Amino acid sequence: MPRDVPALSRIPGVFDKLKAAGRKALIPFITAGDPDKASTVPIMHALVTAGADIIELGVPFSDPMADGPTIQRSSERALKHGTSLKDCLAFVREFRARDEVTPVVLMGYANPIEAMGYDAFAAAAALAGVDGVLVVDYPPEESVELTGKLRAAGIDSIFLLSPTSLDQRMEEVAHLASGYVYYVSLKGVTGAAHLDLTEVARKIPLIRSHVKLPIGVGFGIRDGATARAVASISDAVVIGSRLVQEIEASPPGQAAANVGALVAEIRRAMDAQA
Amino acid sequence: MQMTDLPDRKGHFGPYGGIFVAETLMYALDELRDNYERLRQDPAFVAEFEYELKHYVGRPSPVYFAKRLTEQCGGAQIWLKREDLNHTGAHKINNTMGQALVARHMGKKRIIAETGAGQHGVASATVAARFGMECVVYMGSEDIHRQAQNVYRMKLLGASVVPVESGSKTLKDALNEAMRDWVTNVEGTFYIIGTVAGPHPYPMMVRDFNSVVGRELLTQMPEAIGRHPDAILACVGGGSNAMGAFYPFIPHKDVRLIGVEAGGLGLQSGKHAATLCAGRPGVLHGNRTYLMQDENGQIMETHSISAGLDYPGVGPEHAWLKDTGRAEYVAVTDDEALEAFHAMCRVEGIIPALESSHAVAQAMKMARTMPKDKVLLVNLSGRGDKDMNTVARYSGLTL
Repeated sequence: MPRDVPALSRIPGVFDKLKAAGRKALIPFITAGDPDKASTVPIMHALVTAGADIIELGVPFSDPMADGPTIQRSSERALKHGTSLKDCLAFVREFRARDEVTPVVLMGYANPIEAMGYDAFAAAAALAGVDGVLVVDYPPEESVELTGKLRAAGIDSIFLLSPTSLDQRMEEVAHLASGYVYYVSLKGVTGAAHLDLTEVARKIPLIRSHVKLPIGVGFGIRDGATARAVASISDAVVIGSRLVQEIEASPPGQAAANVGALVAEIRRAMDAQA
Repeated sequence: MQMTDLPDRKGHFGPYGGIFVAETLMYALDELRDNYERLRQDPAFVAEFEYELKHYVGRPSPVYFAKRLTEQCGGAQIWLKREDLNHTGAHKINNTMGQALVARHMGKKRIIAETGAGQHGVASATVAARFGMECVVYMGSEDIHRQAQNVYRMKLLGASVVPVESGSKTLKDALNEAMRDWVTNVEGTFYIIGTVAGPHPYPMMVRDFNSVVGRELLTQMPEAIGRHPDAILACVGGGSNAMGAFYPFIPHKDVRLIGVEAGGLGLQSGKHAATLCAGRPGVLHGNRTYLMQDENGQIMETHSISAGLDYPGVGPEHAWLKDTGRAEYVAVTDDEALEAFHAMCRVEGIIPALESSHAVAQAMKMARTMPKDKVLLVNLSGRGDKDMNTVARYSGLTL
């Protein structure tokens, strides 16, 4: 049975407001420290100005197993400048100086969190103003302890669901998740090309029957048209690799402006269908 | 619960092991676990595996008393388990044969594998050819340059070798890339992991298939000397040959189990792959285990003269054997391993793999300090033909 999930962070309020306005959430992903440490906070502000509702901030990791080449290269660039989990928390804190309302979700891999320790991480993340945490390689069965500590610190745990997730796994996710769930719309790694909208549309009601949280859809969303189509069948559109590509292709100093322009275009396309 | 009953249903060895992968892979791992749990209890499957081990791999591999090496050291007896005599020249084929049979039973027609030195890639390509399956091997582009001969062997066996250009361009990056392939092609593809690491059920499954080594020793050594050896030594990279030799001996508490890691240029230098001796627990490649990592939790590049030991993680069961004290782990440097390599060539007429040379080096060190009635059994996990270029280069020669 679906259950009501109490509000922990800024995330539920954002979805409530959007729902009242008949709009869908736009959730851009960028890798922290890419192309360099100084660019991250300006890019985050540019994303909000362009119409982002929630920001997923990628914590770079040396072995990003679930990511495709685009996001892996962004991690390598960030790590070349020594971007650590501590730096990512500092970016959020700096972002909060000018933006108290936009939720920030840290997305990354388990080991940097393991190295910092669960207690230290939960405390530091709450202090920095983090709203949600998505650890790609912590499935529900391995994340009960961290999820509990994050919840106590007022931070949502975001989980992934995939085309191969069976009913029982959706139940397990429903038991631990808060904020929203992230439906990975295709088999493969981030940045893959194909997106089967019919299949996504078929799966979402099934997820809704288990999970009483907003559903974001990501993987394979590359432009306004795909974003609009996905928005029409879900609660939120997550777009990552395409933005990271834009950052990669931008001349020095231009990343925030270019990625902002792209997000604004996607925002317009999404709102046009409402 | 007995230590030999591990892992638990979720793949845990104490705090280690488990399943740490993205949701996209959970279905594939559940499917594999269910199938393997069924097959490992199925007498027909076990018989099929044993038939292949006997007639195709050439098992059992003999135990051999290294008399002249023992005399040279002047102490405890050094015995060798001759895994180097297996088809394809190493223990690796015990596992690839087992997994290929599982793949067949699951109806998977495409095999993928990662490889560092190329031994696991060759063993995977071999069984794929044996059963008429497509085979794709991921290999770091650095390793492709270092191991050109094994790349050609894989191609002769009909496999495609895909160069991996990301990260450090070595084994761990090849593993990342194979995982990505699996996520994308999960329905028809079987991923043969080459060591006792990765998400559950791999550490258990790879251990089970390699345990034939330890099971043979349980009868071979009493036949040869009337008792079990005082210690079993094996090199540890990911740890599959060591786990295979150790596992059946876990309840035999009078037998010391000694894992020998790659000390590279020395533990103080930081240029080594001695994960259990100098690493810290963390999460990588689907399991919690000891890792070589920096203070921020980023995985470090490792160094060893032996490509097969050059890996920043280690199997989770070894992590548990270390913490519980049932097994001991030590490190041997590049130079010590090379010295053992040359000694084996000259006094025994056996060219050992550089990986196995680490275990031989530790045995030689220990034998010198022990009385002559003590017995050290070294799992000689592979032969050294593949290492000719590396050894020549260290000796200042170009072939």
